[in-house]
Amino acid sequence: MSTATETKENPVSQNGHGSSHKQRKWQDYFTFSTDHKVIGIQYLVTSFFFYFIGGFLAEIVRTELATPDPDLVQPEMYNQMFTMHGTIMLFLWIIPAGAAFANYLIPLMIGAEDMAFPRLNAVAFWMIPVGGVLLISSFFVGAPQAGWTSYPPLSLMSGKWGEEIWIMSLLILGTSSILGALNFGITILTMRIPEMDLNSMPLFCWSMLATSALVLIGTPVLAAALILLSFDLIAGTSFFNPVGGGDPIIYQHMFWFYSHPAVYIMVMPFFGVISEVIPVHARKPIFGYRAIAYSSLAIAFLGLIVWAHHMFTSGTPGWLRMFFMATTMLIAVPTGIKIFSWCATIWGGKIELNSAMLFGIGFISSFLIGGLSGVMVAAVPFDIHVHDTYFIVAHFHYVLFGGSVFALFAGLYHWFGKMTGRMLNETWGRIHFALTFIGFNMTFLPMHQLGLLGMNRRIALYDPQFQSLNQVCTIGSYILAVSTLPLVINVLWSLIKGKKAGRNPWRALTLEWQTTSPPAIENFESEPVLWAGPYEYGIDSENEDEEDVEDMLTEVSAQS
Amino acid sequence: MKIPSNILTLIAGIALTLICLWYGQNHGLMPIAASAEARTVDELFNFMMTIATGLFLLIEGVLIISIFKFRRRKGDLTDGPPIEGNIPLEIVWTAIPAVIVFILAIYSFEVYNKMGGLDPMASHDMGTQMAHHHHNDNLVALDLEGQEMALGLGASPGNKDEESLVVDVNGLQYAWLFTYPDTGVVSGELHVPVNRQVTLNISAADVIHAFWVPQLRLKQDAVPGREAQLTFVPDRVGEYPIICAELCGAYHGAMKTTLFIETEAEYNQWVQNNTFAQESFLDEAVANYHVP
Amino acid sequence: MQSSTVEDPKLALNYHKELKNEGTHGEHPDHRMLGVIVFLVAESMIFLGLFGAFLIYRSMMPVWPPEGTPELELLIPGINSIILISSSFVMHKGQSAIQKNDVPGLQLWFAITAAMGAIFLLGQLYEYSHAEFGLTLNVFTSCFYVLTGFHGLHVTLGLLLILAVLWRSRQPEHYSENSHFGVEAAELYWHFVDVVWVILFVLVYLL
Repeated sequence: MSTATETKENPVSQNGHGSSHKQRKWQDYFTFSTDHKVIGIQYLVTSFFFYFIGGFLAEIVRTELATPDPDLVQPEMYNQMFTMHGTIMLFLWIIPAGAAFANYLIPLMIGAEDMAFPRLNAVAFWMIPVGGVLLISSFFVGAPQAGWTSYPPLSLMSGKWGEEIWIMSLLILGTSSILGALNFGITILTMRIPEMDLNSMPLFCWSMLATSALVLIGTPVLAAALILLSFDLIAGTSFFNPVGGGDPIIYQHMFWFYSHPAVYIMVMPFFGVISEVIPVHARKPIFGYRAIAYSSLAIAFLGLIVWAHHMFTSGTPGWLRMFFMATTMLIAVPTGIKIFSWCATIWGGKIELNSAMLFGIGFISSFLIGGLSGVMVAAVPFDIHVHDTYFIVAHFHYVLFGGSVFALFAGLYHWFGKMTGRMLNETWGRIHFALTFIGFNMTFLPMHQLGLLGMNRRIALYDPQFQSLNQVCTIGSYILAVSTLPLVINVLWSLIKGKKAGRNPWRALTLEWQTTSPPAIENFESEPVLWAGPYEYGIDSENEDEEDVEDMLTEVSAQS
Repeated sequence: MKIPSNILTLIAGIALTLICLWYGQNHGLMPIAASAEARTVDELFNFMMTIATGLFLLIEGVLIISIFKFRRRKGDLTDGPPIEGNIPLEIVWTAIPAVIVFILAIYSFEVYNKMGGLDPMASHDMGTQMAHHHHNDNLVALDLEGQEMALGLGASPGNKDEESLVVDVNGLQYAWLFTYPDTGVVSGELHVPVNRQVTLNISAADVIHAFWVPQLRLKQDAVPGREAQLTFVPDRVGEYPIICAELCGAYHGAMKTTLFIETEAEYNQWVQNNTFAQESFLDEAVANYHVP
Repeated sequence: MQSSTVEDPKLALNYHKELKNEGTHGEHPDHRMLGVIVFLVAESMIFLGLFGAFLIYRSMMPVWPPEGTPELELLIPGINSIILISSSFVMHKGQSAIQKNDVPGLQLWFAITAAMGAIFLLGQLYEYSHAEFGLTLNVFTSCFYVLTGFHGLHVTLGLLLILAVLWRSRQPEHYSENSHFGVEAAELYWHFVDVVWVILFVLVYLL
């Protein structure tokens, strides 16, 4: 998928970086390129393209909800809007954006010249635009209206072809995700430079390892559920249709077996991003490397055995509810370890409060709320009250927007210089952060209260007593919409006029900063040298001063 | 790592504790509770809210202090202290959340048990039992004999022997239909007498719905082909909304009705009025509900 | 601050050559077999999902298959299973052959495997066409067709892989004792399909 940003970006990265390295031409970004960096940027730009579509749909939903009556769009249309909003944001924005960073960064971070299977990588990417365009084309036949969860029997009864397109599109996107994960996992496990063992990899690689495992185990089960749903829809079988003896609850089990881990598939890559961004800008080693690394694995494992907490009010027997409650609450432990460790990394550091760090700290503070409400909804008696209400809407937006998206922006400000050779503008970055942070909290914080007071989700018309809070949310969502403007302006302006990044503008230690910005076509002019652990800030400061690091870097580059 | 002086930390700690204890009780986020069980859920929520407020203030506090206190000065290119971890500290912050969730899990279990969630009669998946009675393909038909093994929340352990007012609840696009088997009353609204145990047998005719009364803190999906049960004792007279909480189609938001918790006398009056009117209106009412 | 002052003009000259090599990246060790294994793990999760659903249906229904389901024919599927399982051994002979650099041996054994796979598929089709029940009769028959059909799709894919290996093996030197990834991948895939069939046969036909 191509956007205006993409076309603008590439001639610039050519002229701009002032290197005599041969660089990618802008046309390369529209081809079936096997270069992981091209693919990474293709992923990123594509995902932002869908972000704007999904965001537009969200604004329609919020505008509709400014008043209690369904006056802007018809209720059927409203259901299509939020179904598509959810599906696009999850499968075409957050998951590909995570894959974008993974593609771009993994080979650079481990000192490889490309992924293990470059061609497979390109295939995985090109399935995204295909699946995305297919999904959006469903508007022509009446988009699916059963929510992103598509619970039967409703999904079997509302708009056959829209639903079928939704299924097909998800199967394509799921396959893409599986192929991507296969590549990430094997690349991380087998292509590190010889000096780098698992415990000296950057934490982003650890989180991608855990993510990949989840994708490989979870996504195929979703595929199985969708195949059966498709048979019900098209061939008239009754797997999930009670009229013919089937059982809708089985769909829910299969769906959530994937879709709960999917939450971690969406958020864990960004845990990794945060673990990279925070130590660099706090100038301090990451606090508790192993704890953070292994907690990713713990989250991945626990994430596989909690799925039925989405079904506490539907078809789960009492004792099973208790089991899933206990496992769900247990996830708070590894997640807590991460949050505490990030805080301890920041504490006592020398913080450079630039846009990347602002978004990083914004991530911790917003994700914290999502985590706390997450433990609450794990408690069965309380979940029975708030299930399928705006409390849940607030909770998962705090996890996925407050978590993933904030970290995504942190990563964007952090690595933009590496990707394009030019830095993003700080002033615009701060404006972007301020608007995003205010808009986000204004949109989603009141939703907690709405849910607790009794507003259910997925409704176009609601009780007038909730109107004032809903209007706050709607205004917040407009601020969020406005917040994309500084981002777009910043990206376009910086591509042309941005400050040159140089090799290592942040004085960071991970390997991607040892090469030029943007990196040469096969990443490193010479074998990168692992002369420090990924986060060993301040280690040498007693006998050597900072200049030495620079010298060593220069030396490394001089060798080429 | 610079640790603030002991006294300051102590004062901050006390203030933090007081704030979260106060806010945990006075957040005002929950609607009125109309049953004893709803109040136990509120107590659980208050407890969680207290802990959450404490953690929230602690971590946001750390972040805010860091932003102001640990900023890099201009021109300072040195790194912070090379602290790579602190095993005792890490054990503490692994253990504390573990203990908290352990307590929370036990507490939730207790509350859930009080609500009747572990009542073997109600909390068991009835899938198998239901199907026993159906050897034909018509599995969707609901089996009234199977109700003793329904899904959902049963009677609180203390009220097990009390006799319930039974109401059959049927969700259909986009209305609720309440049938009182004892009196034969069929209504679009739910009327129950105060302080008497009520058992709802919840089913669905077309797609999945969910029966939700926020003031009772009770919600149960109505799944076509299955029967679920909710048992509760309302103890506060009033009118409360009954909301469908599971997406059931375009007019999902309009699928609402009212729960009337009435005094015994008012309730009997209502039953009487409806029993007379029933004969003539029944057919019409049913016919109407099938047309969205 | 570091800046990219150190540049190497030679690299720029080498660009075209580098670009040509881009597609192959042949230098790092070959991880393709690992890739196939990981892919098969993901594949097996699809089957696990389907089998899981099947077992839940089975445990939910008091009578399984539901009353009114015609008896499943066992003879042809039984013979079919024996053919498919033994084809795995036949195929392994092919791989042993190529390890001794014996390409004609590889071709012979793989051709036999392909023939056995084709017989299996034909047997499956025969079974479908003579079955006394349709896809939508009840949950059991739906499961039957979806499971066997999805497996059949995998057999077809495996058959195509074998044929592709045969086609490529006509080129001399394409496969040798040191380089026969295609052979190994096709074989592993075939074994996977076989194992799935054994589980499927036990679940659907025997239990």
